[in-house]
Amino acid sequence: MTHQDRNAADHLPESGKPGKAVDPFADPGLPAHEPRRQDIDELAARHSERVVTMFFLLAVVAAFAFIACYVLIPKSKVVFIFPWGHVMAQNFGLGGTLGIALLCIGVAAIHWARTLMSDVELPAERHPIEAPPAVRQQVFDDFRQGAYESGIGRRKMLRNAMLGALTIVPLSAIVLFRDLGPLPERKLESTAWANGKRLINMNNDQPLRPEDIAVGSLTFAKPEGVQESDANFQEVMAKAALMIVRIMPNNIKDKQSADWGHQGILAYSKICTHVGCPISLYEQQTHHVLCPCHQSTFDLADGGRVIFGPAGHPLPQLRIAVNGQGYLSALGDFDKPVGPGYWERSA
Amino acid sequence: MSTTPSTSRPQRPKAGERLADWADGRLGVYTLAKANLRKIFPDHWSFMLGEICLYTFIIIVLTGVYLTLFFTPSLNEVVYHGSYKPMTGVRMSEAFKTTLDITFDVRAGLLMRQIHHWSAIVFVAAMFVHMMRILYTGAFRKPREVNWLFGFLLLFLGQFDGFMGYSLPDDLLSGTGIRFLEGAVLSVPIVGTYLTLFFFGGQFPGTAFIPRLFTIHILVIPGIMAGLVVAHLILVFYHKHTQFAGPGRSERNVVGMPLMPVYMAKAGGFFFLVFGALSLISAFAQVNPIWAYGPYRPDQVTTDAQPDWYMGFSEGLIRIMPGWEIHFLGHTLELGVFIPLVVFILVLVAIAVYPFIESWITGAKREHHLLDRPRNAPVRTALATAWLALYLVLLLGGGNDLFATHFNLSINAITWFVRIGFFVLPVVVFIVVKRWCLGLQRRDRDKVLHGRETGVIKRLPHGEFIEVHERLSQERLHELTAHDQLKPLELPPAVDEAGVERKVTFGEKLRARLSAAYYGEHSQVAKPTTKEFEESTHHH
Repeated sequence: MTHQDRNAADHLPESGKPGKAVDPFADPGLPAHEPRRQDIDELAARHSERVVTMFFLLAVVAAFAFIACYVLIPKSKVVFIFPWGHVMAQNFGLGGTLGIALLCIGVAAIHWARTLMSDVELPAERHPIEAPPAVRQQVFDDFRQGAYESGIGRRKMLRNAMLGALTIVPLSAIVLFRDLGPLPERKLESTAWANGKRLINMNNDQPLRPEDIAVGSLTFAKPEGVQESDANFQEVMAKAALMIVRIMPNNIKDKQSADWGHQGILAYSKICTHVGCPISLYEQQTHHVLCPCHQSTFDLADGGRVIFGPAGHPLPQLRIAVNGQGYLSALGDFDKPVGPGYWERSA
Repeated sequence: MSTTPSTSRPQRPKAGERLADWADGRLGVYTLAKANLRKIFPDHWSFMLGEICLYTFIIIVLTGVYLTLFFTPSLNEVVYHGSYKPMTGVRMSEAFKTTLDITFDVRAGLLMRQIHHWSAIVFVAAMFVHMMRILYTGAFRKPREVNWLFGFLLLFLGQFDGFMGYSLPDDLLSGTGIRFLEGAVLSVPIVGTYLTLFFFGGQFPGTAFIPRLFTIHILVIPGIMAGLVVAHLILVFYHKHTQFAGPGRSERNVVGMPLMPVYMAKAGGFFFLVFGALSLISAFAQVNPIWAYGPYRPDQVTTDAQPDWYMGFSEGLIRIMPGWEIHFLGHTLELGVFIPLVVFILVLVAIAVYPFIESWITGAKREHHLLDRPRNAPVRTALATAWLALYLVLLLGGGNDLFATHFNLSINAITWFVRIGFFVLPVVVFIVVKRWCLGLQRRDRDKVLHGRETGVIKRLPHGEFIEVHERLSQERLHELTAHDQLKPLELPPAVDEAGVERKVTFGEKLRARLSAAYYGEHSQVAKPTTKEFEESTHHH
């Protein structure tokens, strides 16, 4: 294959010099420097100097104002400032004064550079990044000499032993990571729900009765015995969170789903089967629930089937019944693991 | 102002000089200073983008160190009794409580938090725009490919460190992001559950992930990034900055003003401008009001749950993906989550490897120091814009709920638009932008040959009206014709010199075809030749 590189020198000024055909596109060279007002008028330069000085001094003033805000404005003071509305006075004052102080330094430095420092453009030569051939040769010779003197090329056993040691010793550190966490085993398959556990209303911590749940309502529940003060409360709720709806029994399309509920009261996992957000948007007319994170939509009247969005499988349903005291209670754990799918999950 | 300071040494060196001598005797600072004090940097507004990245990085480190003085990275549960009354009696992690304390009880704590967060948002945005500048102008070409990779790694790490940073307060919004992370890692085939339980030290959420994220967020990633920033800057100095072609500006020089004093003042001053602007933004615009979200609870969520902008395109990927799942032999392959995870990486890798693909196609081995005007590299410009279109349509997908509620659109329709747009938009954008570039090239060619339209209408003696064109200055003529126009690679002959048939490999064929697509007659408008120019000037 031919190299495509057009010689960069094509566009250098020399190529336009007489001798060759005159290049109409030749580089005319750097334009002459045009002096600024400040370069030729000392009064203008003095003015710029005063402007720069003023900005530096303003920065100092703003810094004192910053300290004053820190000391004087009470932390909890809220003030009304148009057009923001009610804002925390201290944050407003501190940020405003700090911002002005910093901006003033910046403006001063840049104005100084632009008006008073030389703006004559200078060329600097570039040199190739790659080393000249002689240097390249020297490096290769040195390397070969070094390699020869070490004997690494000839003494194969030694080389292999070294490579082996340098591989195995660092690799042995892998075991250190084992105690980062427990093995999954079957931990993801079960939740805190079990046969006989009553459904506790998240809002008032009271066990739920069928009459507490009106048609069209959405109720969140947790298993009996789970307290907010428990050390593992977050872990338990990350899987056991439950949502309860009541649908007119003749509107329930899925027979098994209706059987697993009680007179149209259905209990589904609240944990989205996509990536685990708690589902919370319920449309009572269509019986659809929408996950606010990625908009997976499930039909609770049809066994929690996915009808839109990225979720891959239906919401697991909890089998419930009314116990002897008239409370809603679980007839067991979910029949399928709740939440997102994973490799070991069977269907 | 032609006076130069005297260079003759006085009898006894001044204190400053003695200090410099002392340092030189131990550190060799004179050799360094000789090469760099008056180092020339060219001027162009777009060269400022990289500076914003550097300065926001410094601001993030400064404010971040301050925040660590007050933040406790712990998921131990406490009951809040601080000065923010609406949260009184609420159970929360120490991480959330100390973030509330920083906000409401440490003076300037909220300001530091907001500067830190705003700077992170600007940092990633600046890196993104800086990278696009490099891409559009071809500044990534030899000898700067390695520096491109350093820059890419900085962008990549910056995004993740941002994600980890806003997850640390353990508020309801960021906790939802961590829950998403759990679901995403769970989807990884075979090892997903192991990775998840190892990361969380047990089942989600556990008590381990905040301290672990903290160490990674404040030590591991910033440490790597600081090293990369230094290496990035050393290479910028070593290669010398690129410049646009122009009068007196060639591949062999760099034209501009010296580091001392002009760029010390300009760049130093610009640091204060960036810091000042971020302070004002943080004073006047709220970001991440965790007190309004409340502490994280796995059974609660807010609507409009959105990541910070730089995670938006991955959010789009996850939202538009159909829920595919494959079940076999008692296993689940969660493609609906795993494919977006892989595509997320691929979208980023595509941009990282582009310089190497282009240099393979062009076969260019020389150094490039003159920047391309985007129009003069139509295929590259079109590809970059197609990539940008992909990125932006995914960003739109990531906010599909917001677009739906704010513009009264159907969320399903938006999702379907993004699903189709993901495949179609980059193609459409590629075609449009390439033609656009060619149109601009034709315009440049016309200007070179026929001059500038002056807007002056002249009536000729026989009544015809013509517009007077003015020949371009020599500077403009040079500028508009300074770019290289490569020719497509040709396949080597099927029969070599000795008459032996040689096999043309698939790679060679592919390369020739791609080269034709880049530099064929449909991909560039030939520059005017000397002859054409002379003819056109005789004509007028």
